[in-house]
Amino acid sequence: MLFLGFFAILALASAAYVLARNRASAVVGGEVSRLHSRPNYHGFLAFLVAAIIGWALLFVVGGVWGILIERAMMADIMAALPEVSPIEAELILSDAHAIADSGIASKSGPLRDEIAAKLTSHSALHDYGTLLLAALGAALAGFWAYSNVSEGWRARNRSENIVRRILAFMTIIAILTTVGIVLSLIFETLNFFRNIDWQVHKYLFGTNWSPLSGVQAGKLDPDKVGAIPLFAGTLLITVIAMLVAVPIGLFAAIYLSDFAGPRVRAWAKPMLELLAGIPTVVYGFFAAITLAPFLRNTGESVGLSIASESALAAGIVMGIMIIPFISSLSDDVINAVPQSLRDGSYGLGATKAETIRQVVLPAALPGIVSAVLLGISRAVGETMIVVMAAGQGANLTANPLEAVTTVTVQIVMLITGDTEASTAAGPAFTLGFTLFCVTLLMNVAAQRIVRKYRELYD
Amino acid sequence: MMNDMRITERTMSNEIKIAAKGVDVFYGDTHAIKDVDVEIENKAVTAFIGPSGCGKSTFLRCINRMNDTIDVCRVSGDIHLEGEDIYAKDVDPVQLRARVGMVFQKPNPFPKSIYDNVAYGPKIHGLARNKAELDEIVEKSLRRAAIWDEVKDRLDAPGTGLSGGQQQRLCIGRAIATAPEVLLMDEPCSALDPIATAQVEELIDELRASYTVVIVTHSMQQAARVSQKTAFFHLGNLVEYGNTDMIFTNPSDSRTESYITGRIG
Ligand SMILES: Nc1ncnc2c1ncn2[C@@H]1O[C@H](COP(=O)(O)OP(=O)(O)OP(=O)(O)O)[C@@H](O)[C@H]1O
Ligand SMILES: [Mg+2]
Repeated sequence: MLFLGFFAILALASAAYVLARNRASAVVGGEVSRLHSRPNYHGFLAFLVAAIIGWALLFVVGGVWGILIERAMMADIMAALPEVSPIEAELILSDAHAIADSGIASKSGPLRDEIAAKLTSHSALHDYGTLLLAALGAALAGFWAYSNVSEGWRARNRSENIVRRILAFMTIIAILTTVGIVLSLIFETLNFFRNIDWQVHKYLFGTNWSPLSGVQAGKLDPDKVGAIPLFAGTLLITVIAMLVAVPIGLFAAIYLSDFAGPRVRAWAKPMLELLAGIPTVVYGFFAAITLAPFLRNTGESVGLSIASESALAAGIVMGIMIIPFISSLSDDVINAVPQSLRDGSYGLGATKAETIRQVVLPAALPGIVSAVLLGISRAVGETMIVVMAAGQGANLTANPLEAVTTVTVQIVMLITGDTEASTAAGPAFTLGFTLFCVTLLMNVAAQRIVRKYRELYD
Repeated sequence: MMNDMRITERTMSNEIKIAAKGVDVFYGDTHAIKDVDVEIENKAVTAFIGPSGCGKSTFLRCINRMNDTIDVCRVSGDIHLEGEDIYAKDVDPVQLRARVGMVFQKPNPFPKSIYDNVAYGPKIHGLARNKAELDEIVEKSLRRAAIWDEVKDRLDAPGTGLSGGQQQRLCIGRAIATAPEVLLMDEPCSALDPIATAQVEELIDELRASYTVVIVTHSMQQAARVSQKTAFFHLGNLVEYGNTDMIFTNPSDSRTESYITGRIG
């Protein structure tokens, strides 16, 4: 129904466009240059007002009306069975919905059938009434624009004004979503801290993590929520990943920007960037199924015991995933170092290597640092690879051959585990919020460095 | 007596430092330099003049093989530096550029301190045995580039923070610090005010005592003031080459005459 309504309004608005545009030409007898706004703008304004009013009515009227119907039905149920709790009443209502849509209800009975019949009759009225109102509104708005068409009517300014507001509205939606997510993170984090009696230090510095093992009536044991092993695991895997990604990515970038001929660059750069297109889940099972057993077997043959879910395997694969990040960002900043600087160095009799080491890299360093920081924040937040290839038990160690767990793995386990969501959400949200703060700090630092670097050349 | 001295001076300065024969340069399909022959004298200033796009910079860059760094650029013909073919297989362009220094059209200081900008070349080529010697080279070079007084109190400040004219003099100082035999200058004064220009011209005149200087310029007056020899390029051809006073007072080619009197450009 909503779908049909959407297209009905679209058709109306398009009609308004054509009518208003034609009227604009007709008003000046075809001498379009006499109009303040070109006919297209008159049409566009009519389209905009008709479509906006129509669609807005469709959603608002439809939504409010629907809520009113639900309320009335609930009232009917409560009146018929005064003893039921609101939750039971809602169950009855959802059964009635199912019956009305000829689906499967958990129970049937005369009350449910009666409510279902009412729902059916209401819903027809609701659907057509909404559509009619919306169409009427759209038509009126279109007519308003149509009847206002005249030589001096500033349709262009008005329509641009409306477009500007639409753009601003979209921006606000994006910002509000972000703010909402952050607020809910903060809120849940505070809830969690209240749950452990504000012993925040036990979360930040505790070394024992098994939050769900000591739950009593929704209350967490403050001695079992120490997040240190998780952050240590994340740090260990991130360090391994950066040890792989930074040299390979940076040297590849240097080779591509200053040594490779145009023909090599033409295929090597897209190939590297292809790495970035591989879904992380593929990297994950590559780490778990191919690399980890390989490492374990190799380790065995030289007498080393390597866990089958080692930090090493996860870190190496994560590093491979981050290579294209580092290489393409570094390549951009290295290329942004002006050719004139290189010429200046060559002109003094410096070799290519001297020029790169002493002129190009120092000039590009801030950009490279920020590329590395962005890479780190990717690594810290990466989930799929570690879920598959790193361990699940919290284990405080600096040995890359052992299994460690990470913040993201624990969040996944908390949320997908079978503990009640209200208990598991606390630690999960708190871990998420902590992770968010770390990543945010790193991104801010990276952006600052990049901005400083821009000032140097502009 | 007078006469004798004149003759010795002439023969001394007639020694040929750079000899180019049949040089052609292509950028892809663009034929930028067409069969140019020129002999540049030792310890003299040679000016390249000509309308924009005629190939002055291109030819200048052939002399220290800077064109090697441009992928599409192809150079053919012979260029000899003190009788040695600089395009021969066994010549290392890097070593060549240490002997033939260059100052570019646009000032291009490195994003390093003023001191490090100047010390860059001497460090690479090992010209100083210790810090004191390096300090001396830096000071001497900056003095000769007529910028020492302006920067002596802030040698640690970034070179990119100087004004355009100061940057250009810094680049000149940087080039001198490497102690080249030949100094190629591509419009070194295009970013300078008249006072700084006069200082640089004075510097060029001094440099003549120990270096061979080739300067590209769009200013006829400058060419006339600083150079002993002038080459006029037009559409990739070397139209006329000779003593500066001859070129400016009595050009033999009508194109040269039109250019220096301002009719083509
Ligand atoms: N990197 C390059 N790639 C392709 N063509 C080039 C390149 N550099 C110069 N050219 C071409 O070669 C010709 C000569 O250029 P050049 O820079 O030598 O002129 P110029 O005499 O120095 O001019 P100006 O006085 O404006 O500096 C021009 O036609 C130019 O378009
Ligand atoms: Mg030029």
